[in-house]
Amino acid sequence: MAAGNLWHTLTEPLVDKNPITLQILGICSALAVTTSLDTALTMAISLTVVLVLSALVVSLIRKHIPGTIRLIVQIVIVASLVIVIDQFLQAFFFDISRRLSVFVSLITTNCLVLGRTESFSRNNPPFPSMVDALGNGLGYSLILCIIGSLRELFGNGSILGFQILRTVDQGGWYVPMNLMLLAPSAFFLLGGLVWAIRSIRTDQAEAPEYAPPETAERAG
Amino acid sequence: MSEFFSLFIKAALVENMPLTLFLGLCTFLALSRRPGTAVGLGIAVTAVMAVTVPLNQLLYNAILAPGALRWAGFPDIDLSYLSLIVFIGVIAATVQLIEMLLDRFFPAIYAAFGVFLPLLTVQCAILAGSLFMVERRFDFTDSIAYGMGSGAGFAVAVIMLSAIRTRLAYADLPAGLRGLGITFILAGMMSLGFSSFAQMVTQ
Repeated sequence: MAAGNLWHTLTEPLVDKNPITLQILGICSALAVTTSLDTALTMAISLTVVLVLSALVVSLIRKHIPGTIRLIVQIVIVASLVIVIDQFLQAFFFDISRRLSVFVSLITTNCLVLGRTESFSRNNPPFPSMVDALGNGLGYSLILCIIGSLRELFGNGSILGFQILRTVDQGGWYVPMNLMLLAPSAFFLLGGLVWAIRSIRTDQAEAPEYAPPETAERAG
Repeated sequence: MSEFFSLFIKAALVENMPLTLFLGLCTFLALSRRPGTAVGLGIAVTAVMAVTVPLNQLLYNAILAPGALRWAGFPDIDLSYLSLIVFIGVIAATVQLIEMLLDRFFPAIYAAFGVFLPLLTVQCAILAGSLFMVERRFDFTDSIAYGMGSGAGFAVAVIMLSAIRTRLAYADLPAGLRGLGITFILAGMMSLGFSSFAQMVTQ
């Protein structure tokens, strides 16, 4: 495959075909771990590693998996990789691993991983599959970092633990928005992000389900 | 009995799977376009969770937990790192079994579920139910209440969301907000509403 094609495979999932905002894949973990930037980054890196490695393995044995049991084989491969990552985090980053609780294990059922192995790695040679997986992992990481830094900045006044806006209890002026650390704000932020992306890239907007009445009258 | 009921309510409303824990959002958002499909999905999730969480609880405590193999003469073995693969296997097998049973005995229900059943193997909420069961050390009755409760909570949330989306089908939204964008914002508002349930169960 030509280098231009590979570059295209790598960059396309960043904005044009972003896994979260367009393909609706892997949202579950994206929202739960974004209360601060360091958990969001850990999650993004773990997911990208699992995604790239599982793409490599699935693509290497793609000609030997019978079609009927391929889902189970893929899940077992992904689950084994997730166990490795989970044990690694528990050994070296115990604090963050405690805060991520079950969400690292839940990478197993992250639709993004199975979605990419199912739609790309299964039909392509190892190298392009890894590039595609890396691109999708980066697209996922991008959204996670944006939401994670917004929530940490407005909820705590800090980024990665460094105080940017001095909060009122520390003698500063900034009154933290507690809503940013609660569940609803993640939905609102992601909804706003989707809206922003689709206002710039109008081709991503979905078609209306029903035509409004006045256009129907004009047509008739 | 009251403990059973309070855990059920807590799992269904206070710790609602999609709205406060963000679990199972992929199917929650993708399959909530029509109330009919949402009802089918809700029932399927509840059924699978009510079976798999207690089943995984038994398996975990009999085989995987640290020191669980004492009855077989291996008191030092800790197999808990294997729990992920075991849980996924149990869920996949249960889904397959329910699918076969329905296909054999209740073809009408099977046709109504259609494609949802196989999808449930990779539903985050179902696997998370089993993982939370381990983290919080539920016993067998607790895990039944927890499985049924969180399944029912998912069903309530997805049916409500689909009802709101049907009402919005005629609304004239800005082009960029149509579909996914407005669904996120709706889910956010529902999540605000559900956060008021936090007062209901005292620890």
